[in-house]
Amino acid sequence: MKLKYPKNGKFGEFGGRYIPETLVPAVEELEQAYIKYKDDVEFKKELQYYLTQYAGRPTPLYLAKNLTKFAGGAKIYLKREDLLHGGAHKINNTLGQGLLAKRMKKKRIIAETGAGQHGVATAMACAVLGMNGEVYMGYKDTQRQKLNVFRMNLLGSKVHPVKEGTQTLKDAINEAIRDWITNVKSTYYLLGSAVGPHPYPVMVRDFQSVIGNEILAQMKKLEKKSPDSVVACVGGGSNAIGTFYPLIDEDIKMFGVEAGGEGIKSGHHSATLVGGSKGILHGMLTYLLQDDEGQISETHSISAGLDYPGVGPEHSYLKDAKRVKYDAVNDKEAVEAFLLLSKHEGIIPALESAHAIAYAVKIARNMPKSESIVVTLSGRGDKDVEEVGRYLSKNVKNKK
Amino acid sequence: MSRIKSKFQDLRSKHQKALIAYVMAGFPSERDTISAIRGFVKGGADIIELGMPFSDPLADGPVIQHAGFQALQKGMNLDRFLLLVKKIRMETDLPLILMTYTNILYRQGYDKFIYTVKKAGIDGLILPDMSIDESKDFLQAAKKNNMDVIFLISPNTTPDRIKKISDSSSGFLYLVSMFGTTGGQQQFQNYTTYAIKSTKKILGGKIPLGVGFGVSNPDQAKFIIKSGADAIIVGSAFLRLMENTPSEKIESKIGHFTSSLKKATITE
Repeated sequence: MKLKYPKNGKFGEFGGRYIPETLVPAVEELEQAYIKYKDDVEFKKELQYYLTQYAGRPTPLYLAKNLTKFAGGAKIYLKREDLLHGGAHKINNTLGQGLLAKRMKKKRIIAETGAGQHGVATAMACAVLGMNGEVYMGYKDTQRQKLNVFRMNLLGSKVHPVKEGTQTLKDAINEAIRDWITNVKSTYYLLGSAVGPHPYPVMVRDFQSVIGNEILAQMKKLEKKSPDSVVACVGGGSNAIGTFYPLIDEDIKMFGVEAGGEGIKSGHHSATLVGGSKGILHGMLTYLLQDDEGQISETHSISAGLDYPGVGPEHSYLKDAKRVKYDAVNDKEAVEAFLLLSKHEGIIPALESAHAIAYAVKIARNMPKSESIVVTLSGRGDKDVEEVGRYLSKNVKNKK
Repeated sequence: MSRIKSKFQDLRSKHQKALIAYVMAGFPSERDTISAIRGFVKGGADIIELGMPFSDPLADGPVIQHAGFQALQKGMNLDRFLLLVKKIRMETDLPLILMTYTNILYRQGYDKFIYTVKKAGIDGLILPDMSIDESKDFLQAAKKNNMDVIFLISPNTTPDRIKKISDSSSGFLYLVSMFGTTGGQQQFQNYTTYAIKSTKKILGGKIPLGVGFGVSNPDQAKFIIKSGADAIIVGSAFLRLMENTPSEKIESKIGHFTSSLKKATITE
């Protein structure tokens, strides 16, 4: 299926630039710089250098034999983004944008973070590229991801806890945008997902497309063909769009897995595409979780990284075009997958990625053994060990 | 002629500039909002700007953010907002501008929302996150309903863009005085004066220029007016005052503060 990708910073009706006028020159400057450097030989060479020598690319495409056996159907391959420096796919984007910011002569970098993975990846990029990083993080998230706060500090970045609103990722983005409005000339906003005003969704997707490109090349070597299905988790959706985009014209089924929290019907979830409606937030038109009056809803997920009421506009487009099937996996299923992968493969996945694992196991069962699925394992789960412990003890108590 | 337009004409003939006074609907309570508006009217405000709270007000500083969250927590919603506007309309005939964020309109549909608030008594709209580049449907709906649309520009907006934005604005054009969110820094820089003067030149008298963000006392108001603005917009300073004033005194306190600001707009 060929999709016609529209231009002018929009994916159909989605995307765009719904931003305060102060930021217009900044996003235009960014767009110009991105267009200038994205195909620049020196830029690409330098990014390639850092991706291989510093971040550890390419990442393996690992055939999870035990998990495959457990599911009893299609072969399950794991794209091991969890093995990257920092423990998540986020570094693909922060190195790319960091190098771009350097060429734009911006010395001060700001970022938002949910679980802390993007914050850590930003802090790493700032440290290695010699820039000053400041990271906005919802106060609630600083409490449930203390280790990542400590890591960011160690890496030389400053963390600003955000106490307004719901004190999670969306409020961290609001505060980062406010900082950017105030310091628009000196500051580069290093957005962590394929969200926000144009050109961010396109730029972040391009930097993350290394995932899908490697999958294609690796599958051709391993299986002599493309995978039959790919699965990735979707919060803002950067690892998913990086997985999907290079494969979009191939005959491959695609699944985006959102956080179902305590179940879609409970209202306590973060499954924007499954349970949301169109709206405007953080500079883009996209699917949102909101009430009837357009107030953004409080979201819930056991994984802080998926706890976001919006989603990248390209995903909204791919949903409506029916190119990708978006579905939800709830907290309980995600924790089960977290335990499953740890026990059977010796890999502790990030809770975000555990959503994708849970879904892959479900669909693998109904696929023939001759077929294969690639799951993007977007991050490792060391950061989530405590959270899972809390979840398990709470739910064991509830059962008694 | 729209209420806003005729207000500016009237002021011109009296050699006055406009004082635009902002209050958040439902903060600290709906009764207090009414009291504040009575204070605005008594103190001589020319135009009233009424905020409708949004969960994610990314152009606002801490004061308006906080006021919005409180109003939402106390149950402010579209129905109550409309009721409040109708109550205000029974008290005053001053132009009434609604400031909120684009999603609040988008959710109802631009046309339906604008039709509804216009009927309740709103004369103009300010949406800090509505960019001219995304405004086609919104502008169409506004035109259909005879609603004034006040776009914002910033000190870093290019002359070409100022032209384009002012061509789509009605009522007045809103210049953000500085780089920052509402209620920001207390001292104005040279670039603010420069932005006011150069924008006025570009506008060539076609539409009035209002200046807001961080205007919080009569001296600053005078400074902005002296630089050439046709209107000053004061928001966070009123909210700060309301927060520190018991309900029964809001009307008189707001009234006094309003009249001290209004004096700064009388140029003759």
